[in-house]
Amino acid sequence: MDSSSVRKQIVGRGVPVRGADIDTDRIIPARYLRTVTFENLGDHAFEDDRAGGEHPFDDRRYEGSGVLVANANFGCGSSREHAPQALMRWGVNAFVAESFAEIFFGNCTTLGLPCVTATAADIQRLQAAVEADPEQEITVDVEARVVRFSEGEFEVSIPNGVREQLVSGNWDSLGQLLDAEEDVAALAAGLPYTASFAVS
Amino acid sequence: MGKTLLHKTWEAHSVRQLASGQTQLFIGLHLVHEVTSPQAFQMLRERGAKVRFPERTFATVDHIVPTDVTDRPFIDSLAEEMMSTIEKNTEEFEIPLFDINDRRQGIVHVIGPELGLTQPGMTIACGDSHTSTHGAFGAIAFGIGTSQVRDVLATQCLAMDPLKVRRINVSGALSDGVYAKDVILHIIGLLGVKGGVGYGYEYGGDVIDSMSMEERMTVCNMSIEGGARVGYVNPDQTTFDYLRGRPHAPADGDFDRATSWWESMASDADAVYDDVVDIQGSDIGPTITWGITPGQSVSIDGVIPELGTLEGDERKSVQEALDYMGFAEGQSIAGTPVDVTFVGSCTNGRLSDLREAAKVAQGRKVANGVKALVVPGSQQVSAAAEAEGLHEIFQEAGFEWRGAGCSMCLAMNPDKLQGDQRCASSSNRNFKGRQGSPTGRTMLMSPAMVAAAAVSGEVTDVRTLMN
Ligand code: SF4
Repeated sequence: MDSSSVRKQIVGRGVPVRGADIDTDRIIPARYLRTVTFENLGDHAFEDDRAGGEHPFDDRRYEGSGVLVANANFGCGSSREHAPQALMRWGVNAFVAESFAEIFFGNCTTLGLPCVTATAADIQRLQAAVEADPEQEITVDVEARVVRFSEGEFEVSIPNGVREQLVSGNWDSLGQLLDAEEDVAALAAGLPYTASFAVS
Repeated sequence: MGKTLLHKTWEAHSVRQLASGQTQLFIGLHLVHEVTSPQAFQMLRERGAKVRFPERTFATVDHIVPTDVTDRPFIDSLAEEMMSTIEKNTEEFEIPLFDINDRRQGIVHVIGPELGLTQPGMTIACGDSHTSTHGAFGAIAFGIGTSQVRDVLATQCLAMDPLKVRRINVSGALSDGVYAKDVILHIIGLLGVKGGVGYGYEYGGDVIDSMSMEERMTVCNMSIEGGARVGYVNPDQTTFDYLRGRPHAPADGDFDRATSWWESMASDADAVYDDVVDIQGSDIGPTITWGITPGQSVSIDGVIPELGTLEGDERKSVQEALDYMGFAEGQSIAGTPVDVTFVGSCTNGRLSDLREAAKVAQGRKVANGVKALVVPGSQQVSAAAEAEGLHEIFQEAGFEWRGAGCSMCLAMNPDKLQGDQRCASSSNRNFKGRQGSPTGRTMLMSPAMVAAAAVSGEVTDVRTLMN
């Protein structure tokens, strides 16, 4: 495991994206899924929401931010990995929110992007603090399950397994799955539907 | 103590426990489509990997396919590039592709069941969140991201966290004019769009038991809109009757052996659930979404919520939805004018859906100024509908009869809303901009209700057109 994949602590400035149930169609509108690579998606993150000109992604104060602070059920909707890919390519390295949609959370983990959750009150505090002082540094400490910012710190949650993967740098799911070839072959051969239902 | 189908299927497919605590789960069927696979094939190439089980992998095209002119090259050069990319990838990696010239082509969640690929007790994955549809057969079917598509291609496995199971009983019977779509919209309205996070939903009870397979698919399809990763119905005689004789279903003697295994995979009578929810079928009316999440819905005779009773975040989301949709608080939903109507999608683009819509359309005319589309979910649905003359009923009434594809469910092909058009849609998502215009307004409802809106030019109780 090379050390560049270790995600113990993410340090960066914050960008608050307020609102519940921000879905993947808003994160990256479907028309930008007509592409065979992920390369240019960063340019189109939140494109339709940004049309109003008031989106934090267009606010110069948040340029270069790496920690996206969201509310409840962030990333709901489709399974498109294009959503975290677009945010990652825009510059996001970690997410702090009240809650995440499950597929979005999993997609982030496979990209080495930590998603941690906190109480609504702590999220409100962090969003307000970042809005008041966008220059401040935020630390998402995955290992210690804490977020630190100008006004102090609060506890965050992340499931044990995912935390372990990120902290050890072992989040590349394919890497973990590849070395069980014999077990996979044996299990597959023993499944009733691969064997004309002759085994049970 | 008894086990649920989810637990049994999980156990049967567990390769091992991973260091992360996740399970390495074998995937019995991998369905691939053109939008979420190109990057996965590319990652495979970069690693010098092959597709591990090409015989358990099937590809089709649906999202980008135009539903009117399908001559190649497609008019949209980006769509053409995606089409030729999946052709190249499936050829190089030796996977069958149901392309637009193949009678088996259609929306991935329509064709899996139709071809008998989807079977009980199986794990299924596809780079599409509505993979939950396949749970109607008692399969455990996951929507996955592109890196996971790569994982399944390379290893036929996924690293998964365990799920809890919530049993949702829908008892009694449905009233006339109330459909599977209303049931699932009602459930999501009740439990919320994130109520299912961490759960698989097991649907049961008299209402579900007496549903056809197509109706069960509609219910399971939208599990993801309730936040649940998977949704399923235990396999029963209805399931077996549907599967018998399908091209990829077990044939002859295998079928009976298969049936006994499938039966053994159903949840035990004394299965233990993490949560149980009881709903009365008679409480469900024709249901329509008024907002910008599938949980913001109301019965046809109901009114849009008043802000006064709401607080904090909920008040904010309702206000945001009202502003976007152009509704006033407390307004009744019936009578809302529509500009476009869409019958189709993996939720409601099957033969029985088209039949219900055709019953309403028959002998009537699409209202002036309304653009009405009917888009079969697959080429087989299209052929079956044409064989019974449904296309003529629609065309005589002024509906456009299209070819198979995702069409106006999302904005990846030429079928799109313009400006702030209001659309009565049988699809599954009413997110801002979902149907292709950043200001387009979607109202989700059953296919019969969509047809009722088309012929009256406004949201209408389909029951008033049924007598
Ligand atoms: S019909 Fe809609 S929801 Fe279904 S697969 Fe196509 S785009 Fe996705």
